[in-house]
Amino acid sequence: MSKRCNRLVGVGRRQFLQGGAVAAAGAAASTVMPAPANATPANAQVDYPSNRLGNIADLAVNEPMDISYPDAGSPGVLLKMGQPVEDGVGPDGDIVAYSVLCPHWGWQLNYDAGDRSFNCPGHYSRFDAEVGGQQIWGHATQNLPQFTLRVADNGDIFAEGCSDLIFGRPSNVI
Amino acid sequence: MTYRRQIDRLPIPPADAEVHNVSCHYCIVGCGYKAYTWPRNRQGTLTDNAFGEDLGQQQPPNGTWLAPSMYNMVRQNGQDVHLAVIPDRDCVVNSGLASIRGARMAENRPSRVTGTQQQRLSDPMMWRNGVWQPTSWDDALDLVARVTARIVTEDSEDELVVSMFDHGGSAGGYENTWGTGKLYFDSMKVKNARIHNRPGYNSEVHSSRDMGVDELNYSYSDYEITDTILMVGANSLETQTNLFLNHMVPGLQNGAKFIMVDPRRTVTVNAAEEVAGEENVLHLAINEGTDMALFNAIFTHIVDQGWTDDEFIAASSFQSGEAVGEDSGQPAGLGSLDYAMQTCRTSLEEAAGICGVDAADIRTAAEWIAMPRDDGSRRRCVSAYEKGIIWGNDNYRTIGALVNISLATGNIGREGTGCCRLGGHQEGYYRPSDAHVGRPSTYVDQLLIGGGGKAHHIWACDHYKTTLNAAEFKRVHRRRSDMVKDAMDAAAGGTRDQMVDAIISAVNAGGLFVVDMDIIHSQIGQNAHVILPACESNEMNLTSMNGERRLRLSERYMDPFGNSRPDCLIAAGIAQHMEAVLREMGQDDYADQFRGYDWETEEDAFMDGYNQGNPEVTYARLRAMGNNGVQEPVQGFENDQLIGTERLYADGVFTRHGREDGKALFCAAGWRGWQAAGKAQEQANHEFWINNVRANIFWQNQFLDQDNDFIQDRFPFPFVEMNEGDMERLGIGAGDLIEIANENGATQGMAYPTDTARPGQVAMVFGSPAGSQGNVVNPGVNELILPDYKHTWGNIRKLADAPPSARTISFKSKEYSGF
Repeated sequence: MSKRCNRLVGVGRRQFLQGGAVAAAGAAASTVMPAPANATPANAQVDYPSNRLGNIADLAVNEPMDISYPDAGSPGVLLKMGQPVEDGVGPDGDIVAYSVLCPHWGWQLNYDAGDRSFNCPGHYSRFDAEVGGQQIWGHATQNLPQFTLRVADNGDIFAEGCSDLIFGRPSNVI
Repeated sequence: MTYRRQIDRLPIPPADAEVHNVSCHYCIVGCGYKAYTWPRNRQGTLTDNAFGEDLGQQQPPNGTWLAPSMYNMVRQNGQDVHLAVIPDRDCVVNSGLASIRGARMAENRPSRVTGTQQQRLSDPMMWRNGVWQPTSWDDALDLVARVTARIVTEDSEDELVVSMFDHGGSAGGYENTWGTGKLYFDSMKVKNARIHNRPGYNSEVHSSRDMGVDELNYSYSDYEITDTILMVGANSLETQTNLFLNHMVPGLQNGAKFIMVDPRRTVTVNAAEEVAGEENVLHLAINEGTDMALFNAIFTHIVDQGWTDDEFIAASSFQSGEAVGEDSGQPAGLGSLDYAMQTCRTSLEEAAGICGVDAADIRTAAEWIAMPRDDGSRRRCVSAYEKGIIWGNDNYRTIGALVNISLATGNIGREGTGCCRLGGHQEGYYRPSDAHVGRPSTYVDQLLIGGGGKAHHIWACDHYKTTLNAAEFKRVHRRRSDMVKDAMDAAAGGTRDQMVDAIISAVNAGGLFVVDMDIIHSQIGQNAHVILPACESNEMNLTSMNGERRLRLSERYMDPFGNSRPDCLIAAGIAQHMEAVLREMGQDDYADQFRGYDWETEEDAFMDGYNQGNPEVTYARLRAMGNNGVQEPVQGFENDQLIGTERLYADGVFTRHGREDGKALFCAAGWRGWQAAGKAQEQANHEFWINNVRANIFWQNQFLDQDNDFIQDRFPFPFVEMNEGDMERLGIGAGDLIEIANENGATQGMAYPTDTARPGQVAMVFGSPAGSQGNVVNPGVNELILPDYKHTWGNIRKLADAPPSARTISFKSKEYSGF
C-alpha cells in the first residue's frame, strides 16, 4: 500500500555553501551594527536582492530547476506547474519557487514529481508545491518559504522576496 | 491562501540572555527546550549571541535555528521581554529535535504585544446580569465557597461533583494535582469525581497494575537496543513524535523489527518501512476491537513453541493457580501462567478468523517477539500501547492479554524490553489517597445526566469535546446550569446571601452550580457561573515526569497572564474561603479540615505534597539536574546528584499490585466479543466504523491551537480520513463538510480523501472544537467505567460543499514518499 514513486527528482543535492553568504546584496541593511551615539535608521524590512533565476524558456512542466536565493547558501527550486497555482507567475500563472531547506531542521527536501510534493528524508515532513508550499504533514511550524517572483518582458524570472524565514538564518538576507 | 508569516528577520538572543529549563508541556515525551529571555531594548549580534554560533553563516542540517514560532514577546516581572524557546540538543529525550507542537510553545504564549493567545482568561468572572463579568478573586472565591459550603453541609459531599485533570505538563503537574487533591480528597472526601478524559476516577490500565506491572516501566533508550518493537493502537510518529524519531528510529536502524497492530495504516507504519525496510515491518491491520484475540493467539503460540522465559516465570510470577477471582467488579481472573492459559488459549486460525488477518502473519509476529535466535539466545521486545486499546474494546482483558506476552517472554525490567503505555500528557500525579472513591468509581457523566450532583467544579476538563455520549451530556448540563443562571439573573442587585439562597433554591430544584477553572473560556465553560483563570507551566514552575518517568522542573520564565494563578493556589484559595465560610456557619470542626493551605507559591504546594513523600526532591536540586532531570523513583542524593531508577523491576520483583510476594500475575483474558453495551447492534446497523484518531499538528482538544493561525489554516475543520470510493459513491468531494450520525447524536467534519483508508472505515480527529466526535459515541463502558470511545459506527452524508477555507488546502497523502 505504500506509495513508492519512481519520479523523484533530487534537487539542490550539492552540499550547500558554508559561509558563502557574505556577497549577498542587502547585507548592509542588517540591524547588527553597533549603535552609534546618533542612531542610524535602518529599514524595518529586509532589502532583498533581485536575482535572475532563469528564463521561462528554460522551464519544462514539473521539472524542478535548482536555484539559490537570496544567496548561494540558500538552495531552492524553480518550478513550472502547468496550471495556475497560488502566487504563480508567468503567462500561465504557474511558475513558483521555494526554499528546499526543511523549515523543521534544515534537511534538504526532495521533490516527488509524482504528486508534486517536497519530502524531507530526515523526519518525513511533506510540503505541497501546488498549494503555496503548505505543509501536508510534518514537524515544521511554518509552510515552505516561497520566493516572490517577477517575470520580465523577455521571460527572465527574478526572485525578489520570500514569504517566510528560511531555515538556519536569523534574517533571510545575511 | 496558504498561511504565511511574512517574517524575514528575528531578534537575536544576546549572550547574556537568561536561560530557563523547559520541558515541553504538551505530550508525554516531554522534550527538553531552553527558554531565553532578554530585555526589550537589547539584542545579540550575528557573532556574539546566546547560541555561541556564527549566525552570519547558513546553519547546516540539524543546526541551531530560532524559527518564528519559537519567538514571542512576553511579560516577565512586569516588563515586556523577548522570549525564544528552542529545543535543547543536550536533552537525552529529544537531542535537539523539536515537534510541531513544542516548537510553537513561544508563539502560543499570551502576549499583549504580539497579540497571541488573547483567548486566555485574565480575570475571575462571574455570571451577572446575563453575561460573565470580571470580578476580584475574593469576590469569586467567596461565592464559590458559600454555595459549595451550603451544599456539602445541607446535603453531603456527594452532591459536589468534581472533574479534574490528573496529568502532568500543561497546567497539571505535581503542584496542581496536589492542590486539587488535597482540597477534594483530604479536606473533603469527594467520591463523585472524574478525570479530564474519561467519565470516572480510575486508572486507564487497571489490569497491568493488578498484574503487578506499572505501565511506565522502561527507559526510552530501550527502544534503541531492542530486537522488536510491538506497537499497539498507537501512532507514535504523530503523537509521541520525538520518542519515535530519537529512540525508535535508531532502534530500527540497529536492526529491530517493527510490528504495528492497528486497523488503520498510519504515517508511523510508513516511516518504519522507510527506516527498516518493508520486510522488517509487519502491519497487522486487524478488525476493529479484536486485539485481545490476536494477543491470545500470540501468547498461545509462544507457550506451545516453548519460547517462554521459564526461569523468569518461575522466579517472578505467581505459581499457584488463581490469585484473584473474576467477579462483577473484577473483569478477569488473575493468577499463574497455566491458570491464565486455560482461558486465553486461542489458535492462530481462530484468531485469524476473528481478527481478519492471516494466521501466517500472526505466527510471524510471535516469531519476531519470542522465537530464540539460532544460537539459542532470547530476543528482546518492547511492547508499547495507547488509546487503541486503552479506549478500546474490553480494556481490562485486552491490556492484560498484552502484558501476558511480555511477562511470558521475560520482557519487562531488562535492557531492551518493557511493556508500557505510550501516554498522552506527561504524568504528574501526587494526591492523598483516593480509596474513598471506590472501585468501580461513579460514572460521573451519567450521574450528572441523571440529575445527580448540585455543584460541579471543573478543573481544565472540557466534556463538550472529550467525553462520550457527549450530545446528551451537553443538553442536560446546559439545561441544569441554565436553571442556576436564570436564578442568578432574577436575584441580581440583591445581597450575597440572597444570591446564595437563589442558587441553592435552583440546585435543589434540579439545577447545577458550575465553577470552571481553566486557562481559556472553554466550551463547557459556557455553562459556568464562576470562572477562575489558571496559568500554565512556565507561567509557573511545574514538575512532571515523562513516559520513562523522567522528572524535571519546567521553570517559570514569564508572568501568569493578567490575574490568572496556578491551579494549586486557586485550590488553596477555595480552601481558605471554605474555612472562613464554615467558621462563620459555626462549623468549626469542618472548617479545621480546610487549614494547611498557607501557600504563597507553587513551590510551597510542591513542598507540602510531593516533597513530603519524596524528601530528597527539591526545586533547587531539580533545577540543577536540568532538562535531563532524574528518572523516578528517586533513590537518593549523592555527589550533588539526584539518584534515579533507569528501569522498573530490574530485580524481578513486581509490586504495582501491592502484593507482598512480589510476584507478577497473568490475566485470564477471555474473549467475549464486544464488551460494552450496545456496540454490537450499533455496528450491525451502520455503514461506517468511525475511528477516532489524533494528529501530529494538534494538541488534544486544540485548546491553544484553536487560536493559532498556522494550525487552523491547515485544517480549518476536523478532518475525516475517508476511502475515495466511498466518497465517490456518496457524492462527497475533498473538503466537503460531512455529517456523521447515529442514535447517539451527530457530528460534523471535513472529508479528507485517503488512499490507504479502507472502505467502510473513517478516521476522525478526536477532540476538535469544531466537531466533537464524542457526540456519536454511545455511553458504553467496561466494569471499571473505562469508556470505549474507539468503537462507534454511524452513517455519513454530505452537508455542504467545501467552504472557501477548505478549498485552498492540500489534500495529498500524509505519507512521506522517499526513494
